[in-house]
Amino acid sequence: MTRLLAVLATMMSAVAAQAEDVTTYRLDNGMEVVVIEDNRAPVVVQMLWYKVGSADEPAGKSGVAHVLEHLLFKATDVLESGEFSAIVAANGGSDNAFTSYDYTAYFQRVASDRLELMMQMESNRMNNLRLTQEDVVTERQVVLEERNQRTENSPDALAREQFRAALFQNSRYGVPVIGWKQEVEQIDLEDTLDFYDLYYSPNNAILVVAGDVQPDDVLALAEKYYGVIPAEDQLPVRERPQEPPQRAERRITYVDERVSQPYLVRSYLAPERDPGAQSEAAALVYLAELLGGSSFTSALGQALQFDTQTAIYTNASYSGSWLDDAIFSFAVVPSEGVALSNAEAAMDTVISDFLESEIDPERMESIRTQLRASEIYALDNVQGLAQRYGAALSQSLTVQDVKAWPDVLQAVTEDDIKAVAAKVFNRDQAVTGWIVSSQEEAR
Amino acid sequence: MLRILIALCLSVFAVAAQAEIEIKQVTSPGGIDAWVVEEPSIPFIALEIRIRGGASLDLPGKRGATNLMTALLEEGSGDMSAQEFQTRLENLAASFSFHAYDDSMQISARFLTENKDEVIALLRQALVSPRFDQTALDRVRAQVVSGIASDAKRPNAIASATFNAAAFGDHPYGSSPDGTVETVSALTRQDMIDAHRNALVRDRLYVSVVGDTTAETVGAMLDDLLGDLPAEGPALPQDIEFGLNGGITVVDFDTPQSVAYFGQQGIKREDEDFFAAFILNHVLGAGGFESRLMTEVREKRGLTYGIGTSLVPKFNAEMILGSVSSANETIAEAIEVTRNEWARMAEDGMTAEELAEAKTYLTGEYPLRFDGNAEIASIMAGMQMIGLTPDYVVDRNAFIEAVTLEDVNRVAAELLRPEDLHFVVVGKPQGLETTQE
Repeated sequence: MTRLLAVLATMMSAVAAQAEDVTTYRLDNGMEVVVIEDNRAPVVVQMLWYKVGSADEPAGKSGVAHVLEHLLFKATDVLESGEFSAIVAANGGSDNAFTSYDYTAYFQRVASDRLELMMQMESNRMNNLRLTQEDVVTERQVVLEERNQRTENSPDALAREQFRAALFQNSRYGVPVIGWKQEVEQIDLEDTLDFYDLYYSPNNAILVVAGDVQPDDVLALAEKYYGVIPAEDQLPVRERPQEPPQRAERRITYVDERVSQPYLVRSYLAPERDPGAQSEAAALVYLAELLGGSSFTSALGQALQFDTQTAIYTNASYSGSWLDDAIFSFAVVPSEGVALSNAEAAMDTVISDFLESEIDPERMESIRTQLRASEIYALDNVQGLAQRYGAALSQSLTVQDVKAWPDVLQAVTEDDIKAVAAKVFNRDQAVTGWIVSSQEEAR
Repeated sequence: MLRILIALCLSVFAVAAQAEIEIKQVTSPGGIDAWVVEEPSIPFIALEIRIRGGASLDLPGKRGATNLMTALLEEGSGDMSAQEFQTRLENLAASFSFHAYDDSMQISARFLTENKDEVIALLRQALVSPRFDQTALDRVRAQVVSGIASDAKRPNAIASATFNAAAFGDHPYGSSPDGTVETVSALTRQDMIDAHRNALVRDRLYVSVVGDTTAETVGAMLDDLLGDLPAEGPALPQDIEFGLNGGITVVDFDTPQSVAYFGQQGIKREDEDFFAAFILNHVLGAGGFESRLMTEVREKRGLTYGIGTSLVPKFNAEMILGSVSSANETIAEAIEVTRNEWARMAEDGMTAEELAEAKTYLTGEYPLRFDGNAEIASIMAGMQMIGLTPDYVVDRNAFIEAVTLEDVNRVAAELLRPEDLHFVVVGKPQGLETTQE
C-alpha cells in the first residue's frame, strides 16, 4: 500500500555494487546530492531522504515523523491537497514515501524527461506546506487505521513491539515507528509543524537521483530548485539517547489467542556499520548466514530441521544499517509437540557448539561467492541502488563507506567472525521472547 | 536447428518515455517456444517458465498435492539430497523459485552468465527428476500444515477463503491451493509423483529468457532443460459461474479491525470491452490515491489506510474483487460508502476529465514496468500464457487510448451491479449482520 511504513530498515547483507556509476555533489546550503546513472531504460527515480526518523522524535510524541510523512501530500502554497500525487500520476509516474527509525524518504518514479517537474514539486514541499487542523485530524484517523492493519490486527507485530520495548532501555529504537496508539491519537497541528519546520531543511536532506540522467544536468536542476532554499540554522546536532551498559537478561512471554503456532525469538544488541568502521558489521553478516541463513545449509537448519525434527523453521538475521545499535536475531518455530523450552535449549546448543568449533572453509567461500554475485544482481535494480545510498547516508555513512562495503565483506575471516560472535552473544544484552496462544503453551 | 521466427523491434511510447525492448521469438529444435530479450550489459540471466494447470490439477481428495509437490522440487533430486542440492545452488550463487497457483505453475531462475550450464543442469534435475524422499515430504508437509493453521487465524486469509468457497464451491477456485490439514496430512509419495506427472508438461508451458545470452543459444538450453518432461497432461478444469449474490457475510473473529473482501462477476480478458473495464476499475478503485474509493473512504473520511479493487480474469471465471479494512466501529460506514460509489459509477459513469487522467497515467506507467531482467521475463511469460503476441507491447497503449467516454460509461452501467456486490467481513463489525438470501 501507499505511504509506506518501513518498520525495519531492510538493507540486508549485500550493499554497494562494484560497477554502479555514482557521482556526488554538495550544494552550498549543505544538501547532499547523489546521482546514479543507468541508461538502460528512459526512467528516473528521484528520492529525497531527510535525516530524521521516529528515533528523533521528542518524548511523548511517538508517531509524529510518520504522520508528517502522510501530511506532505496535502496542500502547499502552490499545490492543492492531493495534487502532488495527481500530477505525478498525470505524468505516468508513481510516487510514495516511507518512514523508519533513522530516516524519512519521498520518491517518484517517472519518465526521465519529467525529472525537472518532480524536483520542482519536491523542493516546494520542503518548506511550503499549508497544513490545517482538519488535515491533521483526518490523516491521524488514517494512520490509526494503518496501525490497526499493521499492528493491532497482527499478534506478531504486537509481540514485536513488546519485544523491542524490552530490548532497548534508552534508545528510541524501543518505540514503534508508527507510534504508541495513545500518543498518535494526540498528535496535533503544532506537533507536526514543529517537527517539519526544524527538520525539513536542505542541510538535513540527501537527494538521490537514479536512472537515465547525466550528473551535470541533475546538479544544475538541484541547484535551481533545492539550492535556493536556505539552510536551517537551528538544526540540532543529531545526538540521540544511547543504550547504557545492559546488565541483565530479559525474557518476555506474549500471549494472544490469535497466535496459531508458538515460536521463540532471541535478539542481541550488535554493532552497526559505522563510518570507516564496517568490519564487525561485515563479520556479523557472515555469522547470520552461517548460523541461520538457509534452512538447508546453516548450523541451525541442519541441527534443528535435518539432524533432528526439533523445528519447522529456523532463522538468524542481522542488518548493519542503523545509525545507532543494530540487532542480531534468532527465530525458531518448534515442530508439533516440541516444547519452547526444548527448542530454545537446542538453539543454545547450536550457538555454543558454533563458538567452539572450526568454521567450514567451504561455507565461507560459498558465502563470499554469493555476496559477490548479489552485487551483480543489484545492478538490475536502480531504485534498490538509490535506496542503498539514501539509507546509508542518512545513517551517517559516506559514499566511500558504501562503495567500500563489498570489499569489506570479501575480506572477512573466520577469526573476525569468532571474535564478533563472542562479543555479541552476551545474554545480558539480549531479550528472549516466547509468542504463544495460551500460558499452557509457554513451557 | 534453432529457428528464429521473427525478431521485432518493439517500442513502447509513453507520455514521453520510449522504452525499447527487442523481443525475439524462438522455437527450439525440440519444439519449445520462447521469447528472448538480449540484454548483455549485466552478466546474468533471468529465466521464467509458466505452465498452465497448477493447483487446479489436484486429483479428487488430494487438495494441496500440487502445492506440496512444487515445494518439494528444491528438496532433493537426481543423486542429491535436499541439502546437497541447496549447497550446490548456493555455491553457484543462483536462485530458483517454484510456485503453484490456482491456474498455473511459476518457475523462476536467476543466475550468472558464467554459471549457465551448471545452473541449467541443476534446474533440469529439479524439474525432471525430483526424488520426493519421505523425510523431505514429511518435513515440508509440517511446514505447509503450519501455514494452513496460521491462515485459519489471519483475518485476511479467512476473508478470502470464505469468499472463494461461497463463490466457487467444489471447483478448484473454491478452496486454497494449499489444501486442508486433513488432505495434506494424508498425501503420500505416490501423490507427489502423480502431481508432478500431471503438472509439469511441455504442451502448455511458456518460456521467456532475458539477459546476457543470445537467441541463438536459448533453444539448445531449453531442450536440455525441458525436453524430458512429458508432452501432455490431463484436461484442464471447466469454466465455473461466479456463484455469489449480493449481500453480506459476517465471520465472527475477535480482532480490533474488521477486514472486508468484496466482489461481483467480472469480465473476460479477451472481451472486446476489457480495456474499457480496465480503465473503469482504475478510476473506481485501482488508481491508488487518484481512485474514487480511496478519495471517499480514506482521504475524505479517514476510514481506512487503504482500499483497492482489481479485475481478476482467471481462466475459468472472472471477477471484480476489492478489499478494505476499518475498525470494527467504522467498517459499516466504509462498506456503505463503497457501495454508494459503486452505484454512483454505474449510474452516472465517470467524467471526461477522469477518463483523460486515467489514460495519461496508464499509458505513461506501462513502459516503466519493463525495468529489469526478471520483470521483463515475468511480463513476457504472462503475456504468452494469455495468448498475446509480442506486438501487444507496442499496441497496448493504443488499446487504452481507443476507449471512449461512451464506451467506458456503457461498460460501467452494464458491468457494475451494486446490488450484486457481496461483502465478506471478518471481525466484530458493529451494525453489520449476515444477510439472508
